[in-house]
Amino acid sequence: MNALQPAAIATTGSLDVEAVRAQFPILATRVHGRPLVYLDSAASAQKPQRVIDALTRFYERDYANIHRGVYELSQRASELHDRTRRRVQAFLGAADWREIVFVRNATEGINLVAYAFLLPRLAAGDEILVTEMEHHANIVPWQLVASRTGARVVPAPITPTGEVDLDAFAERIGPRTKLVAFTWVSNVLGTVNPVADMVALARRRGVPVLVDAAQAVQHFPVDLRALDADFLVFSMHKLYGPSGVGVLWGRAELLEAMPPWQGGGDMIERVSFAGTTFNDIPFRFEAGTPDIAGIVASAEAIGFVEDLGLEAIARHEGELLAHAEAALAGVPGLRILGSPRRRASVLAFTIDGVHPQDIGMLLDLDGIAIRTGHHCAMPLHARLGLAASARMSIGVYNTHAEIDALATSLRRIVGMLR
Amino acid sequence: MVSRAMAGTSPIREEEARIREEFALFDDPRGRLEYIIELGKGLPPLEESARTEANRVRGCQSQVWLVADYDPASDRLSFRADSDALIVRGLIALLLRLYSGRHPAEIASHEPEVFEDIGLSRLLTPGRQNGLWSMIRRIREIASVYAGRAAAVSAG
Repeated sequence: MNALQPAAIATTGSLDVEAVRAQFPILATRVHGRPLVYLDSAASAQKPQRVIDALTRFYERDYANIHRGVYELSQRASELHDRTRRRVQAFLGAADWREIVFVRNATEGINLVAYAFLLPRLAAGDEILVTEMEHHANIVPWQLVASRTGARVVPAPITPTGEVDLDAFAERIGPRTKLVAFTWVSNVLGTVNPVADMVALARRRGVPVLVDAAQAVQHFPVDLRALDADFLVFSMHKLYGPSGVGVLWGRAELLEAMPPWQGGGDMIERVSFAGTTFNDIPFRFEAGTPDIAGIVASAEAIGFVEDLGLEAIARHEGELLAHAEAALAGVPGLRILGSPRRRASVLAFTIDGVHPQDIGMLLDLDGIAIRTGHHCAMPLHARLGLAASARMSIGVYNTHAEIDALATSLRRIVGMLR
Repeated sequence: MVSRAMAGTSPIREEEARIREEFALFDDPRGRLEYIIELGKGLPPLEESARTEANRVRGCQSQVWLVADYDPASDRLSFRADSDALIVRGLIALLLRLYSGRHPAEIASHEPEVFEDIGLSRLLTPGRQNGLWSMIRRIREIASVYAGRAAAVSAG
């Protein structure tokens, strides 16, 4: 079964992008006297009014700490907080709400798995398999636990088109492989990896799998039931939600066997100086007061994408991406990184003789926001023989006219700099 | 040496005044940035052999190399620098105008407020990775070393 196109999802009508844009107050603002063209949603997405309102409303009317008070406000806050957990469970198709752990971001979710799950299982000579296209967040946490134990992080190579070399990936899953971790969508190349196949390759050898879905969940339907993974992480701020909230999903039996990572309030059952016993999952991994308002408002972010329909979002963004590939190809000297068969949201590029930083600073004067640099993927840039690149990434609110504005500005910049 | 340092206007201050006057001609960020790009195009390139890891300035999104030469006879530091990004080359051109050929003590004690005056204060925020802040820090570190040596020599 293809995890990307679940048959159960009904076809929805086409997306009214102007109606979508009207929900994002920031998109009506101007930058340097020009209308804002926001093409950096892979770094973080802008927020619809309903998310902003939910944050404000919660602080204005419902705010108190959760899981503590017997009074009305605390119970209301706890209920709203718990409601988001169930919303996330349904959004991902998870079997049990207890499998949803709230963290600060996808990065923290990966760190939690690195320290609470992987570290106790690691010995000298063990291996963690990743790919060459990973974000630093899916490399460095593994390196940190590997360096404590004498284990090592092994990269699976990518092909010249920017896809994971599946044969080489399969070959590198060996008897010493203790975890396989890879991204669903590359934050630089936009490559949509065949995650179901990759998970199956690892699971067949009995190796646990973590999927980094930070660049996936906002672009197409994700269904855990069609994916045999063990852990999955994403960040709410890339899903049109508040910054400061991330999700770690893990199989209940794995989470239950894991020791706590951080200690503090809410994660305990009973504390004494003779010893402490720990709370059940997921609370065991949620020490201290979380971003309660952010978690509450995250329900509205999920509501936002579900109301539009992720199939409709995928179609709209797919059309835009095809338009962008064609429009950018007309810019003299511009080269798009990679040519994967399936791509989501992201196009990274270089322009011969022009540094990406100059491109980014001059586009800014035209009100156009893109990302420049290594995009937290230095090993991938090294593999491509680059120190930096420019990256445009689209969200549901972007338009064909904005892509055209980018291409026009790029042509002018090339004329000016070369 | 002491008398020179105590003079009312220093060469760096005079250069700052000229830079302020030049940038006063522009009333928007676009004009300023285009002017910086023109300065960048005019910066003499650094020879390939000087583009070494040791000369690399860290903390820049682009690659920046900085070479310092100290002449003990005149107690002056001269700088040459380059980058693979054009806007950074323009910023380098401004830095060299300010600091190259000056006395280390003067460089080390100089606060580069001129960049705020000409509307580039955002480029000076630490962590912005545009390199200006890192380049100024490196120039001041080098100047401090030679200023310290000169002081030690004259005290000895």
